[in-house]
Amino acid sequence: MSLDLNALVREAHAKNDYDSLVCLIPYAKLIGMECLRLGDDMVFRLPANKDNIGNPTLPAIHGGVIAGFMEHAAMLHLLMFMGTPHMPKIIDFSIDYLRAGHYRDTYVQCQVWRQGRRVANVAITAWQTTQTEPIATARAHFKVDEP
Amino acid sequence: MTDNPLIERAQRFLSALRHCQVLGLSVHDASPQGLTLRLPYSTQIIGNPETGVIHGGAITTLMDTTCGISTVCVLPEFEICPTLDLRIDYMHPAEPHKDVFGFAECYRVTPNIIFTRGYAYQDDPAQPIAHVVGTFMRMGKPGQLKQGGAA
Repeated sequence: MSLDLNALVREAHAKNDYDSLVCLIPYAKLIGMECLRLGDDMVFRLPANKDNIGNPTLPAIHGGVIAGFMEHAAMLHLLMFMGTPHMPKIIDFSIDYLRAGHYRDTYVQCQVWRQGRRVANVAITAWQTTQTEPIATARAHFKVDEP
Repeated sequence: MTDNPLIERAQRFLSALRHCQVLGLSVHDASPQGLTLRLPYSTQIIGNPETGVIHGGAITTLMDTTCGISTVCVLPEFEICPTLDLRIDYMHPAEPHKDVFGFAECYRVTPNIIFTRGYAYQDDPAQPIAHVVGTFMRMGKPGQLKQGGAA
């Protein structure tokens, strides 16, 4: 299977509908993530989903789901804004958990601090009630130069 | 079931985590030296549709869970230990259509913090897919607030 990711990205931007891009990746579909365009900014949303619960007593979303959501948001962000022609490959991922991720909608925004020819560095912030009180921050390196 | 009490405790812990049931995680081994969990390959956790390689997020969930539950290998009683931070370094991509195993050990236990490290592998533990370190906060036994310990 060979995908023309650039064509899919162009189409998603033109239609302002990113579902097709998100649904391409089974893992993103499994956790149920969505992409929202707000002006020039892209916000990723993970709607509350019982299947994503880790701690049943709070209840809270599994820390691994929050991390996976953030990692995938960073990958999509690179695809959509940095002209990466194929899926960026994860090199490392480091996350700080700041607050419990309660069983409710979660949002993520990404910032590319540096993109070189081979490697990109992305900072990722996740929040629930307000962006000024993040539930987690993460940074990741991706390999962007070859499939 | 099993007559290994550590495996039993790890299984009980794991079965309470809904998302881990969705991924199909199971306890492979548990001893005072550490815990090994198994993540079965499935098409629902693919991260790259061109290659069928599973998503880093599924590996993160495997390793966060393995590091978190490995605390039962060193703690005499069940305690809630939320993750403070986790770092994963990817050595090479997982091979498609193969299960992934996650191993973790607690290498330092203090009254407030547990330091864990581990790795994910497929066939050979000496050729890991990823290395992991994670720190966990000790909150005490459920229902019991430690002095100044509640975050």
